Amino acid sequence: MRVKQISIFLENKKGRLLEALKALGREKINIRALSIADTLDFGILRLIVADPDKAKLVLEQSNFTVKENDVIAIAVKDQPGGLADVLSTLSNAGINVEYIYAFADKQENDAVVVLRTEDIDEGIKVLKKANVHMLSAKDIYSL
Amino acid sequence: MSLIWNKKAECLLPLEKEQLQLERLQHIVKYAYERVPYYKKAFDKSGVKPSDINSLKDIEKLPFTSKAELRDAYPYGMFAAPMEDIVEIHTSSGTTGKPVVMGYTIADIELWSEVMARSLSMAGCTKTDIVQNAYGYGLFTGGLGVHYGARKIGANVIPISAGNTKRQLEIIRDFGSTILTCTPSYTLFLAESAKEDKIDLKSLKLRAGVFGAEMWTEKMREEIEKRLHLSATNIYGLTEIIGPGVAQECEVKQGLHLQEDVFYPEIISPESLSVLSEGKKGELVLTTLTREGTPMIRFRTKDITSLCGGECKCGRTTIKMDRITGRSDDMLKIRGVIVFPSSIEKALLEINGLEPHYKIIITRPHQLDEIEVQVEASESLFSDEIRHMEETKRNIENHIEKSVGLKLKVTLVEPKTLPRSEGKAKRVFDQRELK
Repeated sequence: MRVKQISIFLENKKGRLLEALKALGREKINIRALSIADTLDFGILRLIVADPDKAKLVLEQSNFTVKENDVIAIAVKDQPGGLADVLSTLSNAGINVEYIYAFADKQENDAVVVLRTEDIDEGIKVLKKANVHMLSAKDIYSL
Repeated sequence: MSLIWNKKAECLLPLEKEQLQLERLQHIVKYAYERVPYYKKAFDKSGVKPSDINSLKDIEKLPFTSKAELRDAYPYGMFAAPMEDIVEIHTSSGTTGKPVVMGYTIADIELWSEVMARSLSMAGCTKTDIVQNAYGYGLFTGGLGVHYGARKIGANVIPISAGNTKRQLEIIRDFGSTILTCTPSYTLFLAESAKEDKIDLKSLKLRAGVFGAEMWTEKMREEIEKRLHLSATNIYGLTEIIGPGVAQECEVKQGLHLQEDVFYPEIISPESLSVLSEGKKGELVLTTLTREGTPMIRFRTKDITSLCGGECKCGRTTIKMDRITGRSDDMLKIRGVIVFPSSIEKALLEINGLEPHYKIIITRPHQLDEIEVQVEASESLFSDEIRHMEETKRNIENHIEKSVGLKLKVTLVEPKTLPRSEGKAKRVFDQRELK
């Protein structure tokens, strides 16, 4: 299901990631999941946090460019081939995955996967049809 | 030792030279005052009359002329000769505002041919040479300037003009060109392409080159000479004065001989505008002593250099100027193209969602100018997807290239990290090492 993610623009400069994380730490915002994409010049830090609106505000106050957007969160069996099955479902439906990252659920024996498809609604539709276990925002933030 | 084209003019004794310069200065000042309303107004405002020029030092009483005044006079306001006597027009390259328009009479073309013949001779050109002229032909003075000079010498000119590297190389090889004229950065392009096309530069007949229209360094000379197996010399000139041929290096390669019998040089402090003594570094100011079409009185070139007198080992007595090491304003010359930071700003502001904060960094990592524009990644430019960010960057690059005519690299930086325009923010960082 749809989950809010915040993305932060990072210049490839020493200490910028640390500064972003420190700003969140000061405001006691816990990070549920994180990924970094980087190019030669810049990087994009993507975060799933308990309070995305507050996180955005905090980071903007520290002069970061921040964007909030939706991603899809699903639970995948923590076993070999679990993610491959999900991805082939999307692939068969002709849906492009822009990026993907994952983390392990502490309580359940599942892996939580965050997906960004070109078209979020289309992605959700296909995954639902294939009976993939979707996670709600509430599920994720309370992990 | 190469031939001195005009011994009489290039080897004048100091007193002869001064006498000639003074006579010509007195004449041109009067000529300009009487024929160009701009000069009359400017001289009157400064309270100076042509009859006040009684020594060369009196030139300091005259007001400066700058590019802005020439622009205001667009198109024909600076012309001193009647239109029917003008036989050619050139304009200075520029990307903002109106171009500067210069008119040439038959005598001016003859003057230009003469100083270019002297220049090419300094580089070793004789009537037996084949000159491959890869400067652009057109309103830009590079192409025709070299052309006229080579013709006057009686050399064989190949008017190939700029660009089309593959063809340039073929012609150098097949036609046996002995002298190459182009911008210094272009020579290195040629060398690289030759390597790709498996053309052995050592086997070519090229032996000398006359390179200018942009700033370059001694290190670059070494590189060019090593790669192209020729003797590389530096030429200086500007449309406002005549075009190329104002000054040129002889085989000694320690400074450029400035054609003092026809162009009178001064070095001023760009801040105080006072005239500096010989050897001091400052802005070059030039006065045309014989130009009929568009006489220039104390034109501020904005080029930073110094002057050095005395007789050269080559036998010439003309004063020598150092190679240009900078510009006194922030007008940029990148790969021979004049670019104003303001035109880059203008292009940036045409892009939706872009903050008007930018930084321009010019470097020369591999002997070629590279320009980087840093812009802030505002929220409207930012995306969670790398693909979109790269696209945004490319769009900005393409847009600037289209309006400024220059390929450059755009880098996105974090918001509020670039200088803000409080009065005069420093936005241009020229990190080319020119020395």
